[in-house]
Amino acid sequence: MKFQTKASLSLLGLLCLLAATTTGCGGNTTATASATPSPPAETGIPYQKFADAVHAVMMADRTVYASKVVTRLKKQDAPVTPSEYWEDEEHTIPLPAQMFRMGSELVFENPEAGFTYALKSKWPLNEQNRPKSDFEIQALDYLVEHPDENFYGEEELGGEKYFVAAYADKAVAEACWSCHNDHGNREDNYPEFVKDDVMGGVIVRVPMQ
Amino acid sequence: MKGSKRLWYWLIGTNVILFGIIAYSAIAPGALTKTILLPGETSHGHYQIEMRCDVCHTEGNGIREDACLDCHAEELRLAKDTHPSSKFNDPSNADLLNVLDATNCLTCHREHVQEQTLVMGLTMPADYCYHCHQETLETRPSHADFAFDSCATAGCHNYHDNTALYENFLNKHAGEDDFLAEMVGLARSSPSPPTASQLTQIAADAPESLSGDAAILDDWASTAHAAAGVNCSGCHATEVLNESANQTTNHEADSASDEFRWSRTVSLDTCGQCHERERDTFLLGHHGMRLAQDLPAMTPAEARIPMHVDAAHRQLDCNACHSGHRFDTTYASVEACLGCHNDDHSNAFTQTSHYDVWQQELAGESPVGSGVTCATCHLPRVEDDDGNVWVQHNQNANLRPNEKMIREVCMNCHGLAFSIDALADQDLIQNCFATSPSQHIESVDLAKARFDEKQRKREARLKKK
Repeated sequence: MKFQTKASLSLLGLLCLLAATTTGCGGNTTATASATPSPPAETGIPYQKFADAVHAVMMADRTVYASKVVTRLKKQDAPVTPSEYWEDEEHTIPLPAQMFRMGSELVFENPEAGFTYALKSKWPLNEQNRPKSDFEIQALDYLVEHPDENFYGEEELGGEKYFVAAYADKAVAEACWSCHNDHGNREDNYPEFVKDDVMGGVIVRVPMQ
Repeated sequence: MKGSKRLWYWLIGTNVILFGIIAYSAIAPGALTKTILLPGETSHGHYQIEMRCDVCHTEGNGIREDACLDCHAEELRLAKDTHPSSKFNDPSNADLLNVLDATNCLTCHREHVQEQTLVMGLTMPADYCYHCHQETLETRPSHADFAFDSCATAGCHNYHDNTALYENFLNKHAGEDDFLAEMVGLARSSPSPPTASQLTQIAADAPESLSGDAAILDDWASTAHAAAGVNCSGCHATEVLNESANQTTNHEADSASDEFRWSRTVSLDTCGQCHERERDTFLLGHHGMRLAQDLPAMTPAEARIPMHVDAAHRQLDCNACHSGHRFDTTYASVEACLGCHNDDHSNAFTQTSHYDVWQQELAGESPVGSGVTCATCHLPRVEDDDGNVWVQHNQNANLRPNEKMIREVCMNCHGLAFSIDALADQDLIQNCFATSPSQHIESVDLAKARFDEKQRKREARLKKK
């Protein structure tokens, strides 16, 4: 028992030392281990940094799905193909944009997520994905004009204040723009997208405390 | 003096009546006293369980958060709900939600307001699509003359279930004949039991005092139960949990051991041990929903639709349609239904071509499974994701709305357009589809025209390139 207590204290001490040296807390002079360290103050992540981080993850996942799954299947002439109507057609999988949207719907359903995101476009194939709020309209206009920049701001919706970040959604894989350019739902004034064109924007919203 | 005596009598009389009412309230069945508390007539969908206030309400008379989804979540999942509440959690919908809160079932489905309840339990004006889909009038020239209160009432769209009505599906099935050349039916998929487990009359393990009825033994031996090795004790011997339970049930036990007692009746849960999905879905429909809420079984006398008087007091449990020991599914398919139901639709069935092909099947003139019965449409065989076939026992499941029946039932024999026309025709529903549809719903034509136009535009674009 005594040994166990000693071992636990030593382990705790080591962890504290590690935490102090890796986070820089406690300076670099006398980093002494203590059995009852005070918990580090939570400072929180800035809204913009948080939005950038979750956007990086969602885009990484989407890129992997588009390039490593969908494109690979197409190149191999696999019997499984991506289809807009995947739910009702055998041997089909969701399109990358649908995969992305389903993920966003799962986050919408999760009250613990702490943020929401959505893919919107000035030229949507589904009318419901057209920008709705003034901020979204402004953000998508800006991203089309400034493809290499992000658009940040604050917005009040339904009495709640949000930090909003908008990121350009560009034509990166040939399958994306060729499918959009050839889609039956496109309007007559639809642009002929080419590589790296901004086709829409990802809107990340974080409720402000 | 006379006046004060009269006053005394009056006071005593009033008190006797008052205490009588209080005493009656205390000992009367809950149903009678709770009825007084109902704020209004309960809808057709819920009136059977209206005495179980707590199913939907909190103690403070609020609405339980999961009250609706506790019973309806699975059907919304299967319907691939077109408007799940999660769809509206995007904060950019805030302005629209101010007009119509689509995240809350109660926005469209209020209860106890019978005077303003439409079909499907809708309690708001039927033109609700207008609030979010006004652009349709511009983006779909074909819809320019349609009224918004016809979107979900003309057989074209539904709010939740559009699995048989969405554009791609309509287009894919355009041009189908009214009567398909080949009928597609799901065969019963009873597992074929190993011969070793098949039981005969000699093997019946009922107590000696009960095993003398040859008719019962013969019925049992001819069923899938005996074929699958389910002996008498499989249904009639119920486990006794403790000594006191054993004592209290002795009056209905013909034979008892330390662990089991013999029960003449077979409970729903006993059937459900093997027929789980049938039991679960039965409890979700109008036949079993009272049992699901621990209320006495539904009886035809309590139905709001016409029933035969002589069936008024039948208890609706498994045995109501599958009486032992033959569990005759032929009887359960038609006669069991018509023994209680006495409305125009039910009574017209025997004058339909559906009934004719059922008679032909029974006479051995057409293949097994080619007949159409009440159960074919209302308790259909369905296939799960793993390919297992089972019988849906919630007879309301494909009636909310009736377009749910299209893929599950109608399209096994009929083309899509014909099916849509038939289900949108109220006269045809009344006469149980004895005649052909008298009206045509344009949805398949419109979808086909739209897809053809898309194709023309696509080809024109490719030519330009």
